[in-house]
Amino acid sequence: MCIKQVPGVSEVKIDPNTNTLVREGVLSIINPNDRNAIELALMLKEKHKLEVIALSMGPPQAEEILREVLAMGVDKGVLLTDRAFAGADTLATSHTLSLAIKKILKESNSEEKYLIICGAQAIDGDTGQVPPELAEELGIPQITYVLNIELSEDKIVAERKFRATEIVIIETQLPALISVLNDINKPRYPSIAGIMKAYEKARLTYLDSNTLNADKSKIGLNGSMTEVRKIFIPKRRVNPIMLVGSNEEVVQKLCQHLKEDKIF
Amino acid sequence: MSIIIDEELCTGCASCMESCIYGAIELDNNIAFVLPNCNLCGACVEVCPEEAISLDRDDVKAQKIDISQFKGVWVVAEHYKKKIHNVSLQLLCKGRELADLLQVNLSLVILGTDFDDKLEEFSLYGMDEIIYIKSPILKDYYSDLYTKVITELVLENKPEIILIGATPTGRDFAPRVAKRLSAGLTADCTGLEINLETRNLLQTRPTYGGAIMATIRTPSSRPQMATVRAGIFKMPEKVKKNVNIRKLEYEFKEKDSVLKIVKVISKTRNSVNLEDAKFIVAGGRGVGSKEKFRIIEELAEVLDAELGGSRITVELNWLDPDRQIGQTGKTVSPKLYIACGISGAIQHLVGMQNSGIIVAINKDPNAPIFNWAHYGIVGDLHEIIPALIEEIKKTKSEQ
Ligand SMILES: Cc1cc2nc3c(=O)[nH]c(=O)nc-3n(C[C@H](O)[C@H](O)[C@H](O)COP(=O)(O)OP(=O)(O)OC[C@H]3O[C@@H](n4cnc5c(N)ncnc54)[C@H](O)[C@@H]3O)c2cc1C
Ligand SMILES: Nc1ncnc2c1ncn2[C@@H]1O[C@H](COP(=O)(O)O)[C@@H](O)[C@H]1O
Repeated sequence: MCIKQVPGVSEVKIDPNTNTLVREGVLSIINPNDRNAIELALMLKEKHKLEVIALSMGPPQAEEILREVLAMGVDKGVLLTDRAFAGADTLATSHTLSLAIKKILKESNSEEKYLIICGAQAIDGDTGQVPPELAEELGIPQITYVLNIELSEDKIVAERKFRATEIVIIETQLPALISVLNDINKPRYPSIAGIMKAYEKARLTYLDSNTLNADKSKIGLNGSMTEVRKIFIPKRRVNPIMLVGSNEEVVQKLCQHLKEDKIF
Repeated sequence: MSIIIDEELCTGCASCMESCIYGAIELDNNIAFVLPNCNLCGACVEVCPEEAISLDRDDVKAQKIDISQFKGVWVVAEHYKKKIHNVSLQLLCKGRELADLLQVNLSLVILGTDFDDKLEEFSLYGMDEIIYIKSPILKDYYSDLYTKVITELVLENKPEIILIGATPTGRDFAPRVAKRLSAGLTADCTGLEINLETRNLLQTRPTYGGAIMATIRTPSSRPQMATVRAGIFKMPEKVKKNVNIRKLEYEFKEKDSVLKIVKVISKTRNSVNLEDAKFIVAGGRGVGSKEKFRIIEELAEVLDAELGGSRITVELNWLDPDRQIGQTGKTVSPKLYIACGISGAIQHLVGMQNSGIIVAINKDPNAPIFNWAHYGIVGDLHEIIPALIEEIKKTKSEQ
């Protein structure tokens, strides 16, 4: 699974007086959809005897989320951390993740049969682009926005949310990548025994751009095609006309306005 | 790679600090300095009034491409039951504007099988060209076939901008195409503008749940790709003009895709169509309970409006999930939006702020929703809405 540490979004707030971001007390959490990815992987592990590895690219603090998922029952965590990864857009992120995945597969001799599970989207950047880009980079099929999946010896059958009113059932061979929505399951909590295990040294590996043999032009800021020009806080658009009076009066005024605006 | 602050030029105005979403800039002795948690996003570079901040990239950017070879604006159509999805039509309208500014052609790219008798109708939407990729298998959506066809077309025709609806389909193939082309892609844009000098597309989108807007560009790669949500841009007017039609037939076999579509299931629930609704009445936690939601439904009925709500109402089971409006729900732009007992959290606002007229009813005069409303009523919705229903009935019978 690929998991990402994100700020707890409800904590990213705007100070209405200064119109600036309030950052105090912003907790870093596991991206909510990625918890569903972990839960799915653990359920598949219980059924099929698989090795479950969680991978995250981020600053050294992202170790916290890897420890947390180890405590949930994940077998191994891999943290990709390096200043050279900073500033990555989705192209550079998916490239970096693919390097690590290839390395892990090679070392464990499982290049033929594997399943990558991502969250459908992250709540910070909110793009959902990393999963398909990662699948393309690995040259494997993808099924995004998955609501349910059946895994068998060498294939998967997945329900994919397609339209507001339609679901499509798709089958594909392994190896493959899926990205999951939050409706797929209810993530479990870490267990006490799990928390003990999570701190066993061997369970967490660190990789950097050197150990990955990364091409410096394809990672971090250099590997990113998109550039942030500016960041701003959305401004309010209109000054409202406040309607005052008795209930009967205000609704009369409202209907009058809406008539003038040619709504009725 | 690093952010460099010219200490001579820095005046300690703190504009950069405010622009930094990572909280990675601080002042020391009235001079800005960068903390190790900087993510190199570069937002501070733009805001510095003294031009004291620069982003030092190692000069190892991959292949440099000749961006002047790329011309033209494309919209890749999403379709359903032989009709073009509204979001693609809205992109044709915006695409026309961008193509005119750039003085290039606007093309509609459509992949499917039974559109021969529809192309004339489609050609009324203001494009210069329709590229119709025809293959029986393309009656369904396959991510790998879409990726293959579109990348090949792009390599051959070199468009400079590609616009795609941010639907589950568009969000599935656009990244795959972008990766194969090593092109930049911006998701869920709410604003598109052109810098005529550089021909860069300035793509504005909400991030961090809509708490922040970011404007993004892709200066060194082409095509510039963006996905856009439904309801952000206007629908195009129909026009009669000469449209060049290019039909390309592909002989795909089923085994050409690594995916097999087993079946498509329609959910039986009455399908909700908030994206196309002319009027929407939306309720929030302020409604109080599932039973009390009845009054909101009644208001929707007399107005012939669709019913919607905030996320909390969905979480509390007062409302069906497909009626949620906002960042993690639908983006809507009706002519009239009546928000009842909704506080106006940013995640809700990003989904409805493009509505024509916004009416807010809330008992808290300081609710943020009033900052976005055209008409505001401070009071208890359970008293105001019944009165409003009566008044609307009266107004309607007079007409
Ligand atoms: C990642 C993320 C994604 C999110 N996505 C969405 C999304 O897509 N859509 C969405 O809506 N939210 C979303 N949210 C939640 C959002 O932050 C708010 O919590 C939510 O919109 C608030 O809903 P509300 O306005 O109904 O409730 P509240 O904020 O509780 O507001 C209720 C309002 O009702 C008023 N009220 C109470 N009683 C009455 C009465 N009798 N008469 C009149 N007024 C009354 C109160 O004054 C108050 O202003 C998201 C949050 C996160 C973290
Ligand atoms: N830095 C990262 N490290 C690990 N996984 C990531 C990272 N960024 C994105 N992902 C994965 O891609 C999904 C979608 O992220 P995004 O494309 O950023 O919305 C997430 O839910 C993760 O599964």
